[in-house]
Amino acid sequence: MDIFLNYLFAFVIGGAFCVIAQILIDKTKLTPARILVVYVCAGVFLTAIGVYEPLVKFASTGATVPLTGFGYSIANGVREAVDQKGLLGAFTGGLTATSGGIALAIVLGFIASLITSRKSK
Amino acid sequence: MNKEDYNKYISMRAKKSPILKNCCFAFLIGGFICTLGRVFLDAYIYFGIEQKDASSLASMTLIFIAFVLTCFGVFDNIAKIAGGGTLVPITGFANSIVSSAIDSKSEGYICGVGAKIFSIAGPVILYGITSGVLYGIIYYFCTFLR
Repeated sequence: MDIFLNYLFAFVIGGAFCVIAQILIDKTKLTPARILVVYVCAGVFLTAIGVYEPLVKFASTGATVPLTGFGYSIANGVREAVDQKGLLGAFTGGLTATSGGIALAIVLGFIASLITSRKSK
Repeated sequence: MNKEDYNKYISMRAKKSPILKNCCFAFLIGGFICTLGRVFLDAYIYFGIEQKDASSLASMTLIFIAFVLTCFGVFDNIAKIAGGGTLVPITGFANSIVSSAIDSKSEGYICGVGAKIFSIAGPVILYGITSGVLYGIIYYFCTFLR
């Protein structure tokens, strides 16, 4: 039952983030790239003011998988790095925390350009 | 016909996007992707990986799935139905990188793939990291003053 609730919370919160984006797509003229930028910055801001952490505790991947979670990783990484290294951490923390995802995505992107021969956007 | 009339005419003839239906699909598919992430997260924790690393690994697994689906040209078909449902999860970020890389192949590997791979992910990284640095500086001076 507990596991079921965990999955349900992840589903509902994650889905809610996507619905907000869908409303932005349908109701405004925001392009996908702009929406992603808004989501990342919102993630950093909400984490900074302490709103996002409780949401992650509640929904786990429902809050970390949407791109606001990318902002959450950046802000969390920055805060931990500042605690350890002072001002230097403000510059090293964000990329360190997100390096796994970024590195994997660009390497896979490069591999995709090598192995595919057709247009497949 | 002046410009105003023309705009009115266009908005009358334009197909109304079925927002409720779009939102349902976005909710279902977006929710499914996040739940799938949770399945991977639980699996990695079960195999003894630390919570934080397991969380990044779960995201990376979703990135890998998005890569495979993009290479086979399936991702775009799903994205057409899901809209925000595939855009907002980390899969949208991965798809933007992989599909930009594939599409810019004909322009060469340095100025084509190398540069255009970031055409959508670049702004995300730029503004994400910049706001992170800003937050770090503010946080540093707040703890410094305390």
